[in-house]
Amino acid sequence: MSDSGTNKDQKFRNKPLQVESRSPLPEEELSLPQQARSKGSYSFFASLMAIITGLLVGVMILLFANPSRAGQGLLTILKGGMTGSPTQFGQSIATAIPIIMTGLSVAFAYKSGLFNIGASGQFMVGGVCAVFVAIKGTMIPGSVLWIVCMLAAIAGGAIWGSVPGILKAYFKVNEVITSIMMNYIGMYLVKIIIEQTIYDARYARALNVPVRAEIPTLGLDTAFPGTNLNISLLLCLIFCLIIFVISSRTVFGYELTAVGLNPDASRYAGISSNRTVIIAMVIAGALSGIGGFMMYLGGTGVYMETNEIVALQGFNGIPVALLAMNHPIGVFFTGLFIGQITIGGENLQLFGYSKEIIDMIIAVILYCAAFSLIFKQMLYRIVSSIKKRRQKTRGVGPQGPGRYTPADKKEVSS
Amino acid sequence: MRIIAFVMQQTMIFSIPLLVVAMGGMYSERSGVINVGLDGGMIMGAFAGTMFINRMQGTISGQGLLLLALLVAGLTGFLFTIFHAFASINLKANQVISGTAMNMFAPAFAIFSARLVFGTQQVPFRDTFFIRKIPLLGDIPVIGPLLFQNAYITTYIGFLIFFIAWFVIQRTPFGLRLRACGEHPGAADTVGIDVQRMRWAGTLISGFLAGIGGLAFVVPTSTESNATVYGYGFLSLAVMIFGQWRSAKILGAAFFFGLMKTIASAYSAIPGIKELPIPSTVYKMIPYIATLIVLIFMSKRSQAPAAEGIPYEKTGR
Repeated sequence: MSDSGTNKDQKFRNKPLQVESRSPLPEEELSLPQQARSKGSYSFFASLMAIITGLLVGVMILLFANPSRAGQGLLTILKGGMTGSPTQFGQSIATAIPIIMTGLSVAFAYKSGLFNIGASGQFMVGGVCAVFVAIKGTMIPGSVLWIVCMLAAIAGGAIWGSVPGILKAYFKVNEVITSIMMNYIGMYLVKIIIEQTIYDARYARALNVPVRAEIPTLGLDTAFPGTNLNISLLLCLIFCLIIFVISSRTVFGYELTAVGLNPDASRYAGISSNRTVIIAMVIAGALSGIGGFMMYLGGTGVYMETNEIVALQGFNGIPVALLAMNHPIGVFFTGLFIGQITIGGENLQLFGYSKEIIDMIIAVILYCAAFSLIFKQMLYRIVSSIKKRRQKTRGVGPQGPGRYTPADKKEVSS
Repeated sequence: MRIIAFVMQQTMIFSIPLLVVAMGGMYSERSGVINVGLDGGMIMGAFAGTMFINRMQGTISGQGLLLLALLVAGLTGFLFTIFHAFASINLKANQVISGTAMNMFAPAFAIFSARLVFGTQQVPFRDTFFIRKIPLLGDIPVIGPLLFQNAYITTYIGFLIFFIAWFVIQRTPFGLRLRACGEHPGAADTVGIDVQRMRWAGTLISGFLAGIGGLAFVVPTSTESNATVYGYGFLSLAVMIFGQWRSAKILGAAFFFGLMKTIASAYSAIPGIKELPIPSTVYKMIPYIATLIVLIFMSKRSQAPAAEGIPYEKTGR
């Protein structure tokens, strides 16, 4: 450590203290009931702003690449899979299914204050478990094989998710770092498992999943010909509902939210935050694992590859979750939205644009979502300060808004 | 001897980008900003650098071109990281989410731009930068073959960057202030340090070094850039954590990780390892597992910057 900085620091000490310009808005944080009340409309507005910003950037890119067709391009993106052809519509839903599951995983972990950037790893490990059982489980009867595969995927994903959870709970290691590491360990593990057991050397990928292991279609593949649509769409919805019930209608869900909002206070209230964190990550991992199962057992044309690329579906779950403000039912719809514009991107190629424009739009949406929570609070403050100002002119509340002192809060929490 | 020299030369090629980018990550984190977007910065740097080489290789040639390209790559990473810095410092956004957005944007942008220019997503370039042997230095026994043969100029630039980065953060007033902002921004603020400016500086330096690292990774290993650096940004993050946010340890970590990569990619040429019944992929896994183990053992006395990832609120003191 050097002390050579002190001389120069002296100069700064002599500088007069600048008076902080206080923002006109109160620096108050939202209390729980306030947050709950503001959730609906403010969240929706914040997400909408993120999406609009993303699309605006998309339009700018379209204009830059080829101004003459930008209008058509934007229409194509907005239309997405709804071009009238059932195949395209089915495809957009099939694209959405895995990212709804990873989105649900991210959203659920976020409830307990955990950022599950490791959905990709859980997704891949779950996927390889399902594919492995599908290929090797020749003694399992065909009627239940897909269910066994799903259970295998749940187990794989749960184990992969549990590692960051356990490390977070018992060693206080940041789950973001560990889940990033687990992504890569998972990716290489998947490669090893495939290459050692179920390798198709001709195409350098896993063997085809036997037809008898595929997820039942319930006629959806004939309704939407040329797509891999099957009952995983319904399963998705059911999982969203289950997670919704768990997180908002059960004691465990309440504990989860409590730990997410304030781990110290919830420990004081008798909640085992260690247990909660681990279970949250196990469930999150299982959900991502199911996503892998739905992806790789969905039908023809999807294979587990060994190309050392971390599955994008896991990362795409992050914008899905954030746009839905981590609401389990909302995730279903934001997932469908991302699926829609992804197919829109495929169609964009007809006009000579490359489909990566969509990835850029999603990245911008995610970027905006990173501060949309702050944006939401800011909105709330502006609206509430306008309300308060109105009250003030009527002579109510001489102190004005935001006279909470942090000292009160400390007394309550300690 | 020939094998040792070969392994050493290969390890250099893998380690130097890791070293440079991890040092960048260290600047960002020790100023208090988590930069998960290093991978994105590397991709942008690699893309812009190879693009520059591709366009200019007719007019300039040799090492001068590579030096200019490295500068272009660094500046691109620098500009790219402005978005991350703005979101995480001024808008007080969730830094991991913002970094993830950076990582998603960069490959899409690189593919899109390459398609616009070349019609394919790869950016090809002529590799005229390989140094078979440095005159005089390369003839020194033992050290010559280890360090000064079959190399790229990026190796020496990487070491230069390492020493400059180490000196600046450890031995200058600027470095001291930067570290203070990562450990205790409130205290730094009370002695008149502009915390936000320091964090901007740290984050932008990380972007600059990520960009350079991206090109330093692509040039020795390929003759085209393909909008990916194969997760090297994340591996650099692991290097930084494995090195516990300290320069000297990062140097060691970078070489350990580089050695593992070398064994994984060239194990058939290394006697003793070739015969082991271990799939080569296992060696690629080892760095990540090692990082996890280090995290567990260091958890009680982690040297992570105390204030990393927490936006600084003046009123929150």
